[in-house]
Amino acid sequence: MQTRKKYIFLTFLASWLLLFFFGGDQLRRFAFFSGRKAEARRSWPRWTDRSLLKSFADPEELQRDGDPSLLSPRERRAASLSGYRSSRCRMETCFNISRCERHGFKVFTYPQERGQPISETYSKILSSIERSRYHTLKPEEACLFVLSIDTLDRDHLSGQYVRNVDEKIRGFPLWNGGRNHLIFNLYSGTWPSYTGDLGFDIGQAILAKASFDTQSFRPGFDVSIPLFPKEHPQRGGDRGWLHRDSVPPKKKYLLVFKGKRYLTGIGSGTRNALHHIHNGKDIVSLTTCKHGKDWEKHKDTRCDKDNVDYERFDYQELLHNSTFCIVPRGRRLGSFRFLEALQAACIPVLLSDGWELPFAEAIDWGKAAVVGSERLLLQIPSAVRCIHPERVLAFQQQTQLLWDAYFSSVDKIVHTTLEVSPPPRTPLPSCRGRSRGLGASLCLWQIIKDRLSPHRSRSRFLWNALPGGLLVLPDFSTHLGDFPFYYLHHGYSPSKKFTAFIRAVSQAGSLSQPILRLIQAVSGSQHCAQIVVLWSCEKPPPPSWKWPQSSVPLTIIQGRRKLSDRFFPFGAIQTDAVLSLDEDTNLSTSEVDFAFSVWRSFPERIVGFPTQSHFWDPEQGRWGYTSKWTNELSIVLTAAAFYHRYYHSLFTEYLPAGLRELVDGLAACEDILMNVLVAAVTKLPPIKVTQRKQHKEGVAQQAGCSDGAAGTPQPGQRSPSAPQPAAAARAEGTAGSRRFSQRQDCLSQLADWFGYMPLVSSQLRLDPVLFKDQVSVLRKKYPSLEKP
Amino acid sequence: MDGEVPSILPAGRVRRVTERLAAERHRTAGQEIIDAIMCASAKYNTRGPALIPRMKTKHRIYYITLFSIVLLGLIATGMFQFWPHSIESSSDWTIEKRSVHDVPVVKLPADSPIPERGDLSCRMHTCFDVYRCGFNPKNKIKVYIYSLKKYVDEYGTLVSNTISREYNELLTAISDSEFYTDDVNRACLFVPSIDVLNQNALRIKETAQALAQLSRWDRGTNHLLFNMLPGGPPDYNTALDVPRDRALLAGGGFSTWTYRQGYDVSIPVYSPLSGEVDLPERGPGYFILSSQMALHPEYRLELEALQAENGDSVLVLDKCTNLSDGVPAVRKRCYKNQVFDYPQVLQESTFCVVLRGARLGQAVLSDVLQAGCVPVIIADSYILPFSEVLDWKRASVVIPEEKMPEMYSILQSIPQRQIEEMQRQKWSSVSNPLFLPLIPPQSQGFTAVVLTYDRVESLFRVITEVSKVPSLSKLLVVWNNQNKNPPEDSLWPKIRVPLKVVRTAENKLSNRFFPYDEIETEAVLAIDDDIIMLTSDELQFGYEVWREFPDRLVGYPGRLHLWDHEMNKWKYESEWTNEVSMYFNYLYTYKMPGDIKNWVDAHMNCEDIAMNFLVANVTGKSVIKVTPRKKFKCPECTAIDGLSLDQTHMVE
Repeated sequence: MQTRKKYIFLTFLASWLLLFFFGGDQLRRFAFFSGRKAEARRSWPRWTDRSLLKSFADPEELQRDGDPSLLSPRERRAASLSGYRSSRCRMETCFNISRCERHGFKVFTYPQERGQPISETYSKILSSIERSRYHTLKPEEACLFVLSIDTLDRDHLSGQYVRNVDEKIRGFPLWNGGRNHLIFNLYSGTWPSYTGDLGFDIGQAILAKASFDTQSFRPGFDVSIPLFPKEHPQRGGDRGWLHRDSVPPKKKYLLVFKGKRYLTGIGSGTRNALHHIHNGKDIVSLTTCKHGKDWEKHKDTRCDKDNVDYERFDYQELLHNSTFCIVPRGRRLGSFRFLEALQAACIPVLLSDGWELPFAEAIDWGKAAVVGSERLLLQIPSAVRCIHPERVLAFQQQTQLLWDAYFSSVDKIVHTTLEVSPPPRTPLPSCRGRSRGLGASLCLWQIIKDRLSPHRSRSRFLWNALPGGLLVLPDFSTHLGDFPFYYLHHGYSPSKKFTAFIRAVSQAGSLSQPILRLIQAVSGSQHCAQIVVLWSCEKPPPPSWKWPQSSVPLTIIQGRRKLSDRFFPFGAIQTDAVLSLDEDTNLSTSEVDFAFSVWRSFPERIVGFPTQSHFWDPEQGRWGYTSKWTNELSIVLTAAAFYHRYYHSLFTEYLPAGLRELVDGLAACEDILMNVLVAAVTKLPPIKVTQRKQHKEGVAQQAGCSDGAAGTPQPGQRSPSAPQPAAAARAEGTAGSRRFSQRQDCLSQLADWFGYMPLVSSQLRLDPVLFKDQVSVLRKKYPSLEKP
Repeated sequence: MDGEVPSILPAGRVRRVTERLAAERHRTAGQEIIDAIMCASAKYNTRGPALIPRMKTKHRIYYITLFSIVLLGLIATGMFQFWPHSIESSSDWTIEKRSVHDVPVVKLPADSPIPERGDLSCRMHTCFDVYRCGFNPKNKIKVYIYSLKKYVDEYGTLVSNTISREYNELLTAISDSEFYTDDVNRACLFVPSIDVLNQNALRIKETAQALAQLSRWDRGTNHLLFNMLPGGPPDYNTALDVPRDRALLAGGGFSTWTYRQGYDVSIPVYSPLSGEVDLPERGPGYFILSSQMALHPEYRLELEALQAENGDSVLVLDKCTNLSDGVPAVRKRCYKNQVFDYPQVLQESTFCVVLRGARLGQAVLSDVLQAGCVPVIIADSYILPFSEVLDWKRASVVIPEEKMPEMYSILQSIPQRQIEEMQRQKWSSVSNPLFLPLIPPQSQGFTAVVLTYDRVESLFRVITEVSKVPSLSKLLVVWNNQNKNPPEDSLWPKIRVPLKVVRTAENKLSNRFFPYDEIETEAVLAIDDDIIMLTSDELQFGYEVWREFPDRLVGYPGRLHLWDHEMNKWKYESEWTNEVSMYFNYLYTYKMPGDIKNWVDAHMNCEDIAMNFLVANVTGKSVIKVTPRKKFKCPECTAIDGLSLDQTHMVE
């Protein structure tokens, strides 16, 4: 019995063991069956011998890297330069970079032939090239050629279609198979297929085209540009419409569309479905069937009701009041509404499969637009609703950043295109197109430029962060920390030292009292790293032993006696901060210290003492300038101001030569230009800091320089340091009023150059925390500021 | 408006509780089944012996045998029939214990179909089936991996190595990720288990046939292949030569001609040696180092010319010719008679040259990056790994092949600070959520939010004073007293702007910073009900200052308590007033770590400091203090904090 019991017991035990052994997994699985199906998934097996598996290639094979006796690299490059079909062009195969090395990045525009009609838009493009710093009149110097034939509209049904382009091009001796040419196009193909065909052979030319499709786009070679209307301003351009950041975004509509519904033909797949997402509440999608001549032939049952609804809403109103805007393809891939939405800070929801987005090489559209798929239109509403309010806010701001940096004017668009491929290591000549006012055309240039020397090109981050890639000169530095814009972003801080930069115009031979005092005061600051004196007189500077001995090194630079010299990027200036001074400026050490500490908080702005302001003069219909005491300020005089040394580079290399000539011609304009430049870059006002007493009012500076005397400035005006043009009036009053009118003139000319008035007004002044508070003087950090 | 505040928290709490309950339910469900099994076994054990002794011995043995057989049968049927879904899986689970060599063999007939060559015009919208990957924010894309098979041709010869170590690891990683699914019907992407990492280790035609017979192949739609070494002699194509039709390719060594933008993915070539480098150990330092063995003689000449020009700072290594037996050649490099350890030598240089060879993608790039050396990539038309998401310009230097002779001067021109950043390959950054420089229009005005408990008289004085400010557009009173009703409408002072009273459900200080729907302006003036000394000029000016600094807190110090502030640093008095962007209110409520908010609510204090910390942490910018002093001569002369403009960081 005992043994039997044992047997039975053992059998049961064995069977249960068996059950668990074979079925254990099943039971475990069964246990999770109800709730956690996902966890019970069959994953990739863990092979018992996985550690014994062979590597995909043994190290030697990896390092040997195939056949060592391959084609000579030089031959390969030469072969590729000649052998590639134009549809496969790349920068290294179809572009002769050596042309750009000798003279830098120069663009030649073909002379316009008589009787050759040119559309308004194309002449804007040509003029933005011609106004740019890259333009050259000598074809032998040129790196890039732009045709004078209007190739923008290649729809042969269009009135602006130019015939026989092929023939004309072949007649050009410089054409050379299209090599190093740039061709602009906005519309290609025609009903019904709207292909990318231009109707002539572009050969090896770079194509800058709107509505580019990814398949015919030659990456790194072609440039996709946005479609812009013929009213698009040459320069300046309107600002974006975002004036306030509201969180959560409280716009009336979530998603809107108002446009044509194609009943047939290319693009109708998407346009015909858009009405499905309309809910009449927060999603408004309105379509009209009315378009073309024979729309009634194709009309369906919806049409009549849709057409009525369509009229009930105003497009502009929708644009202003919606968070997202649907930007579907039209007949072609791009549409005007893309830029319209961007400007309106209505986040574009792109429904245009296969569209190579404008300047996608540089711009990260994922930060400013929602790229949808035409096939998933019905999921767009839920996808858009899921976007977190914070991302919406970021999107909105990014649309404005991009609009303002690259799209708001023709100049900017063209300049961005060019900037993407800069010439190898030749200093960038000044480029006007990068500020709001001057120049979108540069966009195009910038893109092409960045390609030519990859090691000197801007990183994607720079293109997508304020103030935009056009305003960042890669020739200044490739390091973010060297620019005034990225400190916060990257956790750097500006250097703790500054360079005092004194412009001296006084009598040769001996040093004036004010400059000695100034050197004394400035060198007393613990933050002062060096003093640089720009000696702008004909006579040589006094020998070194005549200069005061100070603890900081003193460098003397012989200037060229041009006013714009003051903002030349001298190699001697080594610190981030520059303290710009006139020789007769009167400052104390603690004023300098305090201003410097303020500047370190606002390194992208000008921080200074005496200020002036601008205003719109409705009577004369122009910008006015005033040095009177007002409650606002927009200009900080560079007679005593801190700013970042990068602005010297921008001033000299980015601004067009014409502007600098203008400044050199006028007596007292260079500081206004500097203020205008910084305001155009930052879109923020300068900062005024407190000073011990009022800036010297009208200290008559007796002329020392041979060729001119400066008169008495208006009260509070920048001190006279600039030699005036010949035959300057000695009479102080006359000189003063002349200066005033010149500054007035200067301001309106600058506004004209930029296409708008970049200056921004501020109403405040920064004081130390305990300034004039009723606390013990010992507690204050800058007690001497309050001394009378 | 009542109840708005409390509705947020309880909702969250309820959700949390339900989640926990749900989790417990799961646990108990599992437990119950296990308990049931245990009970069952116990029952058999106890009842068995009691039942059996009543039978005769013969029969007993017979029954026992029968019972065992039935039981075994039950188990078997249970395994294969009662749970039919898991038949496949059970085979998988048993495979787990098997080796790679035991996987099923598939014979490919010689005439089985071959896919079309890769379609260069493929893009997401033309070749990819998005309908398989519906929009679902939680589950994202689902990836299915085919089970491993061994493919042989008609004669039984292997088509390729079954699977390499790297590919196995890759598939394991996919399988462990949240994207993996074992349900072929739910999958959006399919990954064949056929290993095509190295083109030279497989037979092209047969591999293509193997791909074509995959169960969901369908011209390769939504299939993803991984390849690191494409092309073969003599011309070395830059993409995998195996015909693959519409399949996506994650490849190492794409050129701009073969790479389908937005469709293919460029990946680095894995190097088994990379793992052996330990960071950070920097040697004496060469400026430029070239470590590749297989360089074209022309390139080598150019590099050696650089070395001759610049002396010791440039080091061009080659393979070693006189190594003793047993020393692996791949781990040594030589310059003249000097022998260096590879890849450790990479750490001794600032820049390391990564030159194209027969292929564009080079395994040395992985070694170089691992060693913390800055790669100098010289390979025209090469698509750098993950170039769509990585900003390579900030971690490497790309030089055109033609510019190789100028390499030294180009690299010399890079600032030292930038080199250091490239070596670290990471960038700290604060990104201000309000990054666009906007000066909000004055017409917008601001909303005053007055937090009050029961000091009605003082409250009314504040309201009257504040309502004189020209830019005030709305007044919001947050009634923080649950026990007492706010005064009747008729008792409130008559002011020119709308006045709303919001009653809260709990007396919490954080209510002050709740983003009420009533607040329609961007600027918010938070003011206590006892601040009666601020004049409307001061408030208006404060608003102007805020407009110029909308991303900062603009505040008035508690003037009368300034001394106290100085003496007892952290004992703030309640007199604290500021202008704040609506955005930060929003942040305060939704983004502030819960601990801090709870602490503030519990201690009835410090909400202002918490707010200051929050703003400083988010924007990296300091506050601005507006001096409220009447003795100032001109209203535009303002005192703004120039001293405490240091970055404050959230310290918990």
